[in-house]
Amino acid sequence: MKNWPLWEVFVRSKNGLEHRHFGSLHAADAEMALENARDVYTRRNEGVSIWVVESKHIKASNPENSGELFEPAQDKVYRHPTFYTLPDEVKHM
Amino acid sequence: MKNENLIQYIYGIADNALILGQRLSELCGHGPSLETDIAMTNIALDLLGQTRSYFQYVAQLSGDNKTEDDIAFLRTERQYKNVLLVEQPNTHFGYVITRQFLFDVFHFLLLQELQNSKDEMLAAIAKKAIKEVSYHQRFSSDWIKRLGDGTEESHQKVQEAVNDLWKYTDELFHMTGDDVKTEELGIGINVALLKERYYQKVSEVLEEASLTIPEMKWFQKGGKQGIHSEHMGYILSDLQYMQRTYPNMKW
Repeated sequence: MKNWPLWEVFVRSKNGLEHRHFGSLHAADAEMALENARDVYTRRNEGVSIWVVESKHIKASNPENSGELFEPAQDKVYRHPTFYTLPDEVKHM
Repeated sequence: MKNENLIQYIYGIADNALILGQRLSELCGHGPSLETDIAMTNIALDLLGQTRSYFQYVAQLSGDNKTEDDIAFLRTERQYKNVLLVEQPNTHFGYVITRQFLFDVFHFLLLQELQNSKDEMLAAIAKKAIKEVSYHQRFSSDWIKRLGDGTEESHQKVQEAVNDLWKYTDELFHMTGDDVKTEELGIGINVALLKERYYQKVSEVLEEASLTIPEMKWFQKGGKQGIHSEHMGYILSDLQYMQRTYPNMKW
């Protein structure tokens, strides 16, 4: 069991919502990962659908590169759509 | 039929869930991995939830201010009617899974029939419980296949568990007097008729797991009459301790 690969678990909490990352767990294969995810993450009625993906298949950004990746966005407030006056009729923005 | 026959009949079903649930609860925090630990505890909670539904019904049937707790905690050993299979100890994971599997297959077949009981309450409990038990059966069957078809060691361990536990399977299909009386009225299930389907399902899974059913001519019995193995006393002393030490204690 120590050799079981790690899986990432995504759960959709309600129909209409997207799957969100809930956590990770160990399992021997995809079938077992689904069953484990069901028991670990949805036993309190948290979900209606589960995705599992082996963690090694996820390509992650390198924290060392966060300077070039993310910092340039910090001083560009004009990229936020906050410079418009919204008519009163428009709701939920 | 008297109420007492129905009550005894319900004990025959509910005590299996109670004692197996108690056995699985002992494993809480000791599972071989976090994931299997949670899964087993989950099954334990399902079974104890079902037990509560049955005992609340028994409390209602017996009147005289009895509660589900009195029924769960204050009977003596001979008054528990669970089969010997469910009281067998937690030795290793393969053994626990085999015990679970041999019971789950029976439990599923029983609930399938009980859904059509003329007793509306029992039918309703069965309808709710069968979804849980369907998952239990899937979980334990999957593990039987993994272990049977896994390493040499896991195969050997789970085959030994099958060899050891097989002698408790025949009792599942014995009809008690209360079984007969309730069955005549369309309330109880004729468990003897489930035997063929049980062996078919069990052999199917065991075969896929490259495991074999041992040749056996002699089977253990007694649990349904309240005559239990040595393990039962220890289970009950754990189970009943709080209620016996602090009578009428509530959560």
